[in-house]
Amino acid sequence: TMSSCRRPEHSAPPEVVSVLMLHSSRMIEIQTQMSERAVELLNLPEGQPCFLLDVGCGSGLSGDSLSEGGHYWVGVDISTAMLDVAIDREVEGDLLLGDMGQGMPFRPGTFDGCISISALQWLCNADKRTHSPPKRLYTFFSTLYSSLSRGSRAVFQLYPENSEQVKNLTLITAQAMRAGFSGGMVVDYPNSSKAKKFFLCLFAGVTGVLPKGLGSETSDKAVSNQVQYSGQRCRFKNMKGKSVKKGRDWILEKKERRRRQGREVRADTKYTGRQRRPHF
Amino acid sequence: MKLLTHNMLTSHVKGVIKGYPLLIKATEVKVNEVEFNPQFVSRMIPKLEWSALVQAAEELGQRQDLPSDLVPDYETNEEFLKKVHRVLLEVEVVEGCLQCPESGREFPISRGIPNMLLNEDEV
Repeated sequence: TMSSCRRPEHSAPPEVVSVLMLHSSRMIEIQTQMSERAVELLNLPEGQPCFLLDVGCGSGLSGDSLSEGGHYWVGVDISTAMLDVAIDREVEGDLLLGDMGQGMPFRPGTFDGCISISALQWLCNADKRTHSPPKRLYTFFSTLYSSLSRGSRAVFQLYPENSEQVKNLTLITAQAMRAGFSGGMVVDYPNSSKAKKFFLCLFAGVTGVLPKGLGSETSDKAVSNQVQYSGQRCRFKNMKGKSVKKGRDWILEKKERRRRQGREVRADTKYTGRQRRPHF
Repeated sequence: MKLLTHNMLTSHVKGVIKGYPLLIKATEVKVNEVEFNPQFVSRMIPKLEWSALVQAAEELGQRQDLPSDLVPDYETNEEFLKKVHRVLLEVEVVEGCLQCPESGREFPISRGIPNMLLNEDEV
């Protein structure tokens, strides 16, 4: 059936199964659309050729979207069969055989962005490998974070549709936040079971404004097309760019304002804005 | 594997402190024709480890007259950018291996693709 064909990672490891997927013209069309949307969500500067990473690049379908956009890219995949197809298709990107759960082997700040189409959920399966999914996810996200230049994004297309996948999503986002990313989920066409698409949009090094999902004009107010996650390490400002009231940032800004007004203000220390013991 | 990728690649084996730059031992190299994009080359230059690029080009016998140091005002020096473009994007290692300078561990390259898969004890 179409649904079992769509989720082959339930039945066998990626090296075996990947080659069975994705070569009907409909699947190619869907993959291409998702890749183009992922590139759009990267929010790259207009007219500038960038250096990008494609994780789980497979036969290079998504990489083609990067090339079409005038970008240069490196693709990583665990399947030699898929990479062989990519070579035969003469993709423009450079290819690496690698396991994303073992870490991204690049110098810090190498890439201007990263896309990944239908690949991240593979990391959530506990199979023959000795390391647990949370460890592999953390290894992946922490090395990815380092390999991205500050201010760039990583966009992952996912299918979190059943309760199993929702659990995975919690795991995925927890490890991504631990690794230093902020960001959230963008949902396109949330009301259409056929067209609905999920993109995990992560920011490396800056707090960004999460892009809006497509089809949001027609969506029910009760159906959210964004889920925003804040990492412990990142201080979230509200949408107007001001600090959250009463937080440490807000206190520091207020003290600075009062200094500019010429008032006497205590020096800022590590205790500034720290939560006090409750007094009864 | 192009030399732009090689310039960014490090060993990610557990316990290795400096797995960069990977030494290239090539048995087959080819030079392709790739469209010259001066804007891209210019943007990449600050990200490069210049000495590692020169070393890699030397190892492949493809250095030609690439200078040991970066030329000042390279953004407007088209001749220089073309030399960098050739070395970064046109020279390709098809067969051979990459060797970690610290541990000696080798990563094979086959059909232009480096195999960066690690063994269980390396993770």
